Amino acid sequence: MIPAQFEYVAAQSPAHAIELLTEHGDDAKLLAGGHSLLPMMKLRLAQPEVLIDIGELDELAGVTADGDDLVVGATTRHAALAASELVRAEAPLLAYAAAQVGDPQIRHRGTIGGSLSHADPAADLPMALVALGGSVVIEGPRGSRTLAADDFFEGYFETALQPDELLTAVRVPRRPGVPWGYQKFVRRANDWAIVGVAALDGRIALANMGPTPLRATAAEEALAAGASAAEAAARAADGTSPGEDIHADREYRRHLARVLTRRALQHETG
Amino acid sequence: MTRIELTVNDEKRSDDVEPRLLLVHYLRDVLGLRAANVGCDTTSCGACTVLLDGKSVKSCTVLAVQAAGHEVVTAEGLSSGGQLHPVQAAFRQEHGLQCGFCTPGMVMAAVGLLSENPHPTEEQVRTGLEGNLCRCTGYHNIVRAVLAAADASSGGGDQPGRNPASAEVTA
Repeated sequence: MIPAQFEYVAAQSPAHAIELLTEHGDDAKLLAGGHSLLPMMKLRLAQPEVLIDIGELDELAGVTADGDDLVVGATTRHAALAASELVRAEAPLLAYAAAQVGDPQIRHRGTIGGSLSHADPAADLPMALVALGGSVVIEGPRGSRTLAADDFFEGYFETALQPDELLTAVRVPRRPGVPWGYQKFVRRANDWAIVGVAALDGRIALANMGPTPLRATAAEEALAAGASAAEAAARAADGTSPGEDIHADREYRRHLARVLTRRALQHETG
Repeated sequence: MTRIELTVNDEKRSDDVEPRLLLVHYLRDVLGLRAANVGCDTTSCGACTVLLDGKSVKSCTVLAVQAAGHEVVTAEGLSSGGQLHPVQAAFRQEHGLQCGFCTPGMVMAAVGLLSENPHPTEEQVRTGLEGNLCRCTGYHNIVRAVLAAADASSGGGDQPGRNPASAEVTA
């Protein structure tokens, strides 16, 4: 499969990318690793007229510590995130989530900014960002803004990003030594989660239980009120109405959310 | 058309390409390097795996323009002076293939894996090759070949971090 024709522009800087986005608006798409966008273009699910390549902008890649946060550049690839000593020490849930994405080849190309902007509700990194209470830094012609993960994901493959805006970085709180859990239920290697759960310090995020990564708010409230992991996990699917597909119907997904939440709250990974 | 300059198997290349040209089609149809196969064409099977700056990637999901300024190695670029690369030799020795379609991608993924982890355990080989599908072998001989290649390139013998049981992969 070959994508439809498009004009290709290699951005020279983040500011240049924003200029190009402002000029082309909805007709343009940003390209970094391309591991969400190119498959969609091959299937004609996306047909941008202009591709703006930010994949070579070194200033958008890498991890630094800034006060109480880690700042992860948008074009940091999953393999680099998973291998980063800083991330493994201070936000191990994020490093673990990055190591669960796809397979080694995919992790060598895919970027955190791309995965978050694509906003697949079944994906690892959006769920991880919600569990961590992280935020995204967005630059555009009207300046810079920072949005909490809970406010960034708006719907199925929809985010608060405007057509002329660039996600430049991700901020996550530094939480060294804080216990966490991560569960990804799949039938085959490489698959997206049928249901996923990430938990850290009273926050519980669910993947593929709705159109966006969700907080398991009823379970979080139960935990805050002193419930045990098992008691809180029994509330994990409250208020959710997950989709149905060949892998799982609604009630099975709700069952998985409860089981996986209990495991995640017991700090298990898998 | 966009001008790209890159290195493929140690040779400098310079070509005008359509931006939508996939790296795998650039390698196969423009350069005539047909080792990388188009299997699933959906980033799943890994038959198109090549090394980009030393890291395994699926060339059906990389645009040729994205490889500009970078270094690509395909299975054709592995052997030197008529000598098979240790991973290629191990695939032959351990019969790590049947029909052969997945083999170039499997070999490139294995070369990439061993460059990141020269002494993997059997489990690390299996998870390290997660992105490559083989519908013939059941993977046992492929895993054995990668472990043998790891041994061969370090002069044989037990390696630190290596599961001793993994030398006896049962088919």
